[in-house]
Amino acid sequence: MRLELKGITKRFGALVANDSIDLVVESGEIHSLLGENGAGKSTLMNVLYGLYQADEGQILLDGKVAKFSGPGDAMAAGIGMVHQHFMLIPVFTVAENVALGHEPTNKLGVLDLDAARALVKKISDRFGFDVDPDALVEDLPVGVQQRVEIIKSLARDAKVLVLDEPTAVLTPQETDELMEIMRGLAKSGTSIVFITHKLREVKAVADKITVIRQGRVVGEAKPSAETKELASMMVGRDVGLTVEKKSAAPGKVVLNVQDLSVLDDREQRAVDHVSFEVRAGEILAIAGVQGNGQTELAEAILGLRGLHSSAGDISISGSSVRGKSVRTILEKGVGYVPEDRQKNGLISEFSIAENLMLNGSFTKPFAKGLGIAFATRNKIADELVKEFDVRTTSAQSAAGKLSGGNQQKVVLARELSREVELLVVSQPTRGVDVGSVEFIHERLVEERNSGKAVLLISTELDEVMALADRIAVMYRGKIVGIVDANTDRAKLGQMMAGVAA
Amino acid sequence: MSETTRKEPINWNAALKEILSGGVTRTVMSVILGFAVGAFFMIISNKEFLQSMGYFFADPLASLRAAGDVVGAGYGALFKGSIYNASAATFDGAIRPLTETLRLASPLIAAGLGIGLGFRVGLFNIGGTGQLVSGLIWATFVATRIELPPVIHFIVAIATAIVGSAIVGAFVGFLRARTGANEVITTIMLNYIIISFFNFLLLDNNLLQGATAGGHTKSDPAFETAKLPGLLGENFALNLGFVLSIVAVVVYWWLMERSTIGFRLRAVGFNASAAKTAGINVEGTYILALGLSAAFVGIAAANQALSSTGGVTPTTHAGIGFDAITVALLGGSTASGVLLAGLLFGAFKAGSSAIQIEGISPDVLGIVQGAIVLFIAAPPLIRAIFRLPPPQTTTMLSALKSKFFSRGGK
Repeated sequence: MRLELKGITKRFGALVANDSIDLVVESGEIHSLLGENGAGKSTLMNVLYGLYQADEGQILLDGKVAKFSGPGDAMAAGIGMVHQHFMLIPVFTVAENVALGHEPTNKLGVLDLDAARALVKKISDRFGFDVDPDALVEDLPVGVQQRVEIIKSLARDAKVLVLDEPTAVLTPQETDELMEIMRGLAKSGTSIVFITHKLREVKAVADKITVIRQGRVVGEAKPSAETKELASMMVGRDVGLTVEKKSAAPGKVVLNVQDLSVLDDREQRAVDHVSFEVRAGEILAIAGVQGNGQTELAEAILGLRGLHSSAGDISISGSSVRGKSVRTILEKGVGYVPEDRQKNGLISEFSIAENLMLNGSFTKPFAKGLGIAFATRNKIADELVKEFDVRTTSAQSAAGKLSGGNQQKVVLARELSREVELLVVSQPTRGVDVGSVEFIHERLVEERNSGKAVLLISTELDEVMALADRIAVMYRGKIVGIVDANTDRAKLGQMMAGVAA
Repeated sequence: MSETTRKEPINWNAALKEILSGGVTRTVMSVILGFAVGAFFMIISNKEFLQSMGYFFADPLASLRAAGDVVGAGYGALFKGSIYNASAATFDGAIRPLTETLRLASPLIAAGLGIGLGFRVGLFNIGGTGQLVSGLIWATFVATRIELPPVIHFIVAIATAIVGSAIVGAFVGFLRARTGANEVITTIMLNYIIISFFNFLLLDNNLLQGATAGGHTKSDPAFETAKLPGLLGENFALNLGFVLSIVAVVVYWWLMERSTIGFRLRAVGFNASAAKTAGINVEGTYILALGLSAAFVGIAAANQALSSTGGVTPTTHAGIGFDAITVALLGGSTASGVLLAGLLFGAFKAGSSAIQIEGISPDVLGIVQGAIVLFIAAPPLIRAIFRLPPPQTTTMLSALKSKFFSRGGK
């Protein structure tokens, strides 16, 4: 089916999320929608899926105007969407999940699961999905769950399939498999809209690329375009994609983790007998697909998990810190950039200045007796805003009003300006614009050059490979292996899927 | 198999946050609308107006006149009874209503600060009554059972009232920190327990019951040395309690806006998990916050216990613990807001008898109070209960702005 969006405009109050966007997706085409976080890609797709109503513009399917007042209409018209977070019921089988919402019934109104099973089998065989209709969804790997989502759409006769950041949760191998599937679907006539911010994937699979920036289409490109060219279209200026760094000069051991196990919130073992060390002046990166225990590992190091939910030992500069309070550990010289800055890194209602004193409210320079040293705080805040290039009108404006990248700079400014020996940095560039990524990467390398130990936790393999001196790969709570930074991508990909080095 | 489909819980915290961030405009609008609602009830319960409705089409102006008269008389009486009585013979008489407003506002302000402090930390302390009664118990004990020199006596009594209230608050905080028990539930339950305990103490003259109380639940009057001294001499009831409340406002302002303690309290209130990540002891903060919250309520307890002329009775708490919730909501939990809201509600209390003299039910003032809170709190609450999405424009001001001042758009 040929999909055409004509002059789509969507406003939220004063904010124009989509500004008369034109987009044509030909039948059987893989059309990549490239743009940074907040560029308006998801809004546009939500308009297409009937979740939002466009203020202006039209949606045309095979040349006919379509009006959707909800996802039900969109689905009926042949539009399918695979969200970044899967909409599956874990305790149902694949067939049950696919049937859910338009269950086939026999004449007596009894659920006809055989029909659903047959449908799943048919679609699965046709495109080589290799999905067992009777498997419970919760037992399936993430990559297969995603295929179930795709089957769900195809079972409803989707002619246009929207994939929203589908590779965020996948290993490199699973990503390759997904791309195969996408090509197969396109060949059979399904149009695919592929939303992403990962340039490499776009180049690998797209037939056509549309770049969106600040709610506008800023250009179209061929997949043969240079990566650098695509990046600068996305950001609006030239960006450096590689980080200059000289070879590491590791010093004494700063962080030593021995035989550490950590329980997650559901009392399941999330980190499983892990041992490693990080030396002064090196970046050790923990690579791995999201949800393999990295979050719990970082939280355990920071003392956020409590004594009862961990076993083993963590020592910083030679003394054990397991079971110590978060404050003690922070004051021992640990800087922490949490993976979810909105939830754990910042208080969005607080001003930038207040956020900069968030973990320094007990001592000088921010505290003066029981009072806040306002003059000092404002001076420090103004300096840091300048040094870290936080784009804001004032250090007194609310942190919640900043863009993702600028919020992350505030967190970094706070942690890097403290006297620390060890930096634990989780997903430092998630949801951060490309321009800020460059800045953040440079700062992290600078910290490492100045002799700090850096533990970088990232699910972005590109980031890991660009920054790390050594790479530890985590899979299901275990460290599969610790390898050199120049290990090739395919090898790392295998390790991320659990194959030992 | 641990995943089950659950009904999404009602997001009380978000609703509370939104209520408290309403802003000045919405508050002022709510007060005005509250008075309008009060006027409506004055009119429809007015005899002249109802009679005039019988011949409305013959003489519509008569209805309007009757309506205008009753509203004018009612709110005129409120002004006269709470601010300035122009028809009084003496100057003392003319300003007495204002001093009464200040006197009656004092405990509301102090307790309002206490509840407001809880709100700022994301805690809903509905136990103002229980905490206040606990303070009453301690203060009554010091004021009626211990003899101390002048000045020292009432200072000790005030201090014990504050401590007596704070202990209850801290206990609630401890339960929350240790067991996760929701403070809404525990404070309500403690209200019953403490009030019953107070009754028990007041029924035994070996404990707090007065010598002349007979079978009644009433204490001895406080020793003269324990009573809060008057501020304006014999003619006025206004006493030191008002000064205490003003001091409390200043302390509250410094604590919440200027001190590192308040910084951490606010941090926990806005985002407890970010506060925890920043090394702030969240559990300890809950205990501290509820203790401080109740300590401010304790100032109101001192006010009630040490300014009554007779003895203390189970009704001496005067519902201040609950009114304080309203005061804190209306005042947006800021020092100056609570001060103003407390004064407004104090004026309602002071003016209620003057309104009654005009032949209008003083319950109208209760309606005004209720309507004000409804206008402030209802939209976010209703959204939370029915899980409606927040509107794209949240404040009345920005709604009006985008309606009348938007450029370029349709």
